[in-house]
Amino acid sequence: MKHNFNISCQTSALSDLRTFLQRTLAGFSLSDTEKHQVTLAVEEVCANLIIHSHGCNPKDQIQLEVKDSNEKLIFEITDQGSAFNILEYEVPDLKKVMVEKRKGGLGIILVKKIMDEIEFESNNGTNTCRLVKRFRS
Amino acid sequence: MLRLEKSKETQFDILTLLGEVDASNSVILDKAIQELVESGAKHILVDGQGLEYISSAGLGVFMSYLEDFNDQGIWMGIFGLPPRVYEVFKILGLDQLIPIFEDKSAAIGSLNEA
Repeated sequence: MKHNFNISCQTSALSDLRTFLQRTLAGFSLSDTEKHQVTLAVEEVCANLIIHSHGCNPKDQIQLEVKDSNEKLIFEITDQGSAFNILEYEVPDLKKVMVEKRKGGLGIILVKKIMDEIEFESNNGTNTCRLVKRFRS
Repeated sequence: MLRLEKSKETQFDILTLLGEVDASNSVILDKAIQELVESGAKHILVDGQGLEYISSAGLGVFMSYLEDFNDQGIWMGIFGLPPRVYEVFKILGLDQLIPIFEDKSAAIGSLNEA
C-alpha cells in the first residue's frame, strides 16, 4: 500500500508532516518508540531540504511516498531543489558540534542512527532520498 | 505547538516545555534560555514532562549552550522526559552531556549533594 503526502517548503508544514506520518504509521507493526523515531528521521530529512535546498520557499514542494514491502517500510522523499546527498555528508563529532556551537548536523546523525538503509539519487534535477526501516518481528 | 513557562523555585529557574519543538519554533526555546542567562540564572532546570517531541533543531539549542555554561558556571539539567523523547537524547549521546533526571526531586537532590 502506498501513502502520499506533499509538503510545502516552510517549517510550519512540519507539524502536518508529523500528523500524516502518525496516521500512516498507525497501521504498521512498529513499536511506539520506533514510530516516534521514524517520524523524527523523515522530518529531519524534510526539514533539511526545506531550509537548505529550498530556502523556505513555500511555493516549492517536497513529495513523500510511504510504502511497505515485505519486511520493510520505505520512505521516498523527492524534491527538485539543489541536490543534498545525505550519504556524502560527513557526520560531525558530537563534541565538535558542542564546541563550535553549530546547530546543524545533529539531524543527519539521527537519520543515520534510526534508519536501516539510506539511498540517494539525483536524475535530471529530481532528487530522491530513500529511507528504509525494517520491521523487527 | 510549543508553549514555554518560566518559574522560580529556591535557587532554580524552571523552564517548562509543553508540546513539540521543531525547526519552526526552536528559536523560541533559544530565546527563553538566552533570557534566563541574561537575567542571571545559575541553575536552569528544564521541566520536560510535557515535551511530546523534539527534533534536532531543539536538541541543537541545548547543545549550543553547553560550552558557554561550562565556562560561566551555569548548571542546566532536564527532568521528566517521556521515555520516547528521552530515547532521542540517548541516540545522540546527549544524556552523557546534559544531566537528565527522572523527576524534579531527583534533579534538585543531585545538585544539593554536589
